[in-house]
Amino acid sequence: MNLLLRNVRPYGEEPVDVLVDDGVIAEIGSGLAGDEVVDGEGAVLLPGLVDLHTHLREPGREDAETVESGSAAAALGGYTAVFAMPNTEPAADTAGVVEQVWRLGRETGLVDVAPIGAVTVGRAGTQLAELGAMADSAAGVRVFSDDGSCVADPALMRRALEYVRAFDGVIAQHAEEPRLTAGAQLNEGVVSARLGLTGWPAAAEEAIIARDALLAGHVGSRLHVCHVSTAGSVEIIRWAKSKGWQVTAEVTPHHLVLTDELAESYDPVFKVNPPLRTQVDVDALREGLADGTIDCVATDHAPHAAEDKESEWGAARPGMLGLQTALSVVIETMVLPGRLSWRDVASRMSEVPARIGRLAGHGRPLEVGEPANLVLVDPQARWTVDPAALVSKSRNTPFAGRTLPGRVRATVLRGRLTSRDGAVLPGFGRQVSYNRPGDQNRVGARA
Amino acid sequence: MNRHLLSAGDLDRATAVDILDTAERLDHALAGREVKKLPPLRGRTVVNLFYEDSTRTRTSFELAAKRLSADVVNFSAKGSSVSKGESLKDTALTLEAMGSDAVVVRHSYSGAAHRLAEWVHGSVINAGDGTHEHPTQALLDAFTMRRRLRGGEGDLAGLRVVIVGDVLHSRVARSNVLLLATLGASVTLVAPPTLLPVGVDAWPAATGFDLDAVLPASDVVMMLRVQRERMTESYFPSAREYARRYGLDARRMAMLHDDAIVMHPGPMNRGMEIAAEVADDPKRSTIVEQVTNGVSVRMAVLYLLLGGADE
Amino acid sequence: MPNAALVPDDGTSSVLDAQDVGRVVDRMAHQIIERTAKVGPDVAGIALLGIPTRGVPLARRLAARVAAFDGPTLPVGELDTTLYRDDLRLRGVRPLGQTVEPLGGVTDRLVILVDDVLFSGRTIRAALDAIRDLGRPRAVQLAVLVDRGHRQLPIRADYVGKNLPTAIEQTVRVLLAETDGADAVLIADKAGSR
Repeated sequence: MNLLLRNVRPYGEEPVDVLVDDGVIAEIGSGLAGDEVVDGEGAVLLPGLVDLHTHLREPGREDAETVESGSAAAALGGYTAVFAMPNTEPAADTAGVVEQVWRLGRETGLVDVAPIGAVTVGRAGTQLAELGAMADSAAGVRVFSDDGSCVADPALMRRALEYVRAFDGVIAQHAEEPRLTAGAQLNEGVVSARLGLTGWPAAAEEAIIARDALLAGHVGSRLHVCHVSTAGSVEIIRWAKSKGWQVTAEVTPHHLVLTDELAESYDPVFKVNPPLRTQVDVDALREGLADGTIDCVATDHAPHAAEDKESEWGAARPGMLGLQTALSVVIETMVLPGRLSWRDVASRMSEVPARIGRLAGHGRPLEVGEPANLVLVDPQARWTVDPAALVSKSRNTPFAGRTLPGRVRATVLRGRLTSRDGAVLPGFGRQVSYNRPGDQNRVGARA
Repeated sequence: MNRHLLSAGDLDRATAVDILDTAERLDHALAGREVKKLPPLRGRTVVNLFYEDSTRTRTSFELAAKRLSADVVNFSAKGSSVSKGESLKDTALTLEAMGSDAVVVRHSYSGAAHRLAEWVHGSVINAGDGTHEHPTQALLDAFTMRRRLRGGEGDLAGLRVVIVGDVLHSRVARSNVLLLATLGASVTLVAPPTLLPVGVDAWPAATGFDLDAVLPASDVVMMLRVQRERMTESYFPSAREYARRYGLDARRMAMLHDDAIVMHPGPMNRGMEIAAEVADDPKRSTIVEQVTNGVSVRMAVLYLLLGGADE
Repeated sequence: MPNAALVPDDGTSSVLDAQDVGRVVDRMAHQIIERTAKVGPDVAGIALLGIPTRGVPLARRLAARVAAFDGPTLPVGELDTTLYRDDLRLRGVRPLGQTVEPLGGVTDRLVILVDDVLFSGRTIRAALDAIRDLGRPRAVQLAVLVDRGHRQLPIRADYVGKNLPTAIEQTVRVLLAETDGADAVLIADKAGSR
């Protein structure tokens, strides 16, 4: 049974019909016929989105999210692959745990879940985890991060950067010098001073990025910077790239649009790490994403149970949902004002993240023969964010009540619909299948 | 004042002066009477929700409420369901169910009073939230300054106030800066640079590092408590150096003009930010009357929030 | 004739003009001298307490006229009744007035409450409660410039300047030189502003 996407515009360009069969794009033309038909009505067709930074919370905090609920949120948000951060309980610092997460993703079958391995044992920052074992496991880990915590010890960070070169891995750093952010609650600035919240200075992020870029350049390794949040960080990354060093960076949708002024209500839905900053930072991040200094958008989807968010600011956990709103926020802040074209969106939200994460089969061109991992989005339609209507187990979205542009019409994973017009289609792929040599579509296959 | 008193910054000049005038009226109404009780809050319930230990502020609010004939319930953190981990939200719902008309809340997290106000129908009075604000402290300080230096009437236009000490961690400083500016006073903050927040330039106050330079031209010197523990976090090298550079000792007190007053929100670190002889100076020190004035000002706040129809 | 500017052109009419008010106050002063003479020569035993707003200047005037007619010099105080009202919860919070105890206090004295208009009696009831918290007078009497009837409580005045039968919808306004520029008592048919 094949799938016809009728009257769609790849990269927002000329309308065509796209026929998907046997997991690949079979034909692109006009007046095509198919068994199952989705009438695109001129919607934009992009490669399926790839999120380099998601928290699925399983194992350990299944009250906040599971691989299944997170996958559903991803599919509805137009994602066909997500990289799952390892700050689970237990941490994903061994082959065993990453394989568990990978397997849960396969069983749910709504997105490809690529587990990220911890850099250090228990994310404690003192001893390297068995990075090679994780790379060789069925999960085929290529991205390593202690996210939530910074790899603060410079000597250890250097070793980690060097070590992962053996398997083309990359360290994704959560840039935060912990000794400068003890007890920090909000961006350090005029707002934090007024609200009596301990400040999180921009220098704490920028200092680590500068340090790690210098190290990466020195040892010839790849470095990826998570959730860049300050104007100074953008400048430092621009400088590092000008040196030819292999530094990549991501920005979250919320940092593209929200500022620290929102903390005035003390509602912890706006509490996040790194914190919301100033309009100057927002503007620099947008410019950096537009000119490619920032390589991609990553959601840092961070679900939290109600009791961790309905409290005093200081007692709340930091983090915001992001999977279902990411594309809409990017459309509103970057596409509609003309800062990014649809080709750029494909690059920032699919092609580049897949390449950084060495994920085969995703972020591919929209051409005949390529794996059919696709998203169809209607950029004109608008929708109002209702936390209770989101499919995540948690409700902590900072966009509650906002009306955003862009509705995902359909998401296609290896030729099969995973979401259609706001509904997740029943999962498939419940049977666990381990990788076999030559299986090009498996998660973790080298691109 | 709307329904709540969460921040001194929410008060405009007219409202602030109204509170001070009402406090004067209530103080006079009770002065010299046999029966120190007035009836306007009869049948109202005021709950003291104190997550931080504070005998002084709590009893001040309790006295204020009782003098207006309200019923008072004390919820202190220790030994209650609160210390067993009940969330602020659940505590709020319990208070709602009990039918409290006003909650006076002191909490160690900035913004706790704001959150509480989302969950209760009654009035919320911020009695100190983390390092954010302590509005009734600022009101009683302004009341004290007005009585001593403005004849108990009007605003504080032209008054020169210097606030000395750990501004970074002080909710008293934040509330005072806002309220004093609203009332027309000019404020200077003096502290080591480590104890002034990044972003203080946006405040309606001047800043300086030299205490001697500002004392002769000051009408009010307000000393903030400085915790010795700040030393271990390297805010200053030693208690000795702090006291030498920023402490108000007898030498510095002598630099003040004759009518200048010395204030302190309490509790004091005698010998650290303030010398014993300064704290006890009968003419200049207002430390004791600040406590008395606190009851009058809190009575005024309770009356203005609860003394009329429910909104 | 009353100052034409004082009488609004909305159906208000003047009941007493400035001269009338002066005469009425003098008569009340004489009554006070007469009746309190029975109390005995214990001059220190009497005090006037004016109820804000206009009861205060009225009390001062009465004290002045009593002294002018060779009566005793009576101490005058002010008694704000706001906090003792029985209708606090019916409206937004009310601003407080001043309470100033007369020299020598109220305990063991004859206290004469002074107000401009006696209507429902609730203000006087509140004043009685207020006095109670000030001390224990030997006795309390009431002097009003105008009694317009329609009592809702068992309260009556001891000294009345003018008895003025009114319909309940009508409004009675007392104007005094100290507060309003001239003396007059006005009555209007609709509920006027006060």
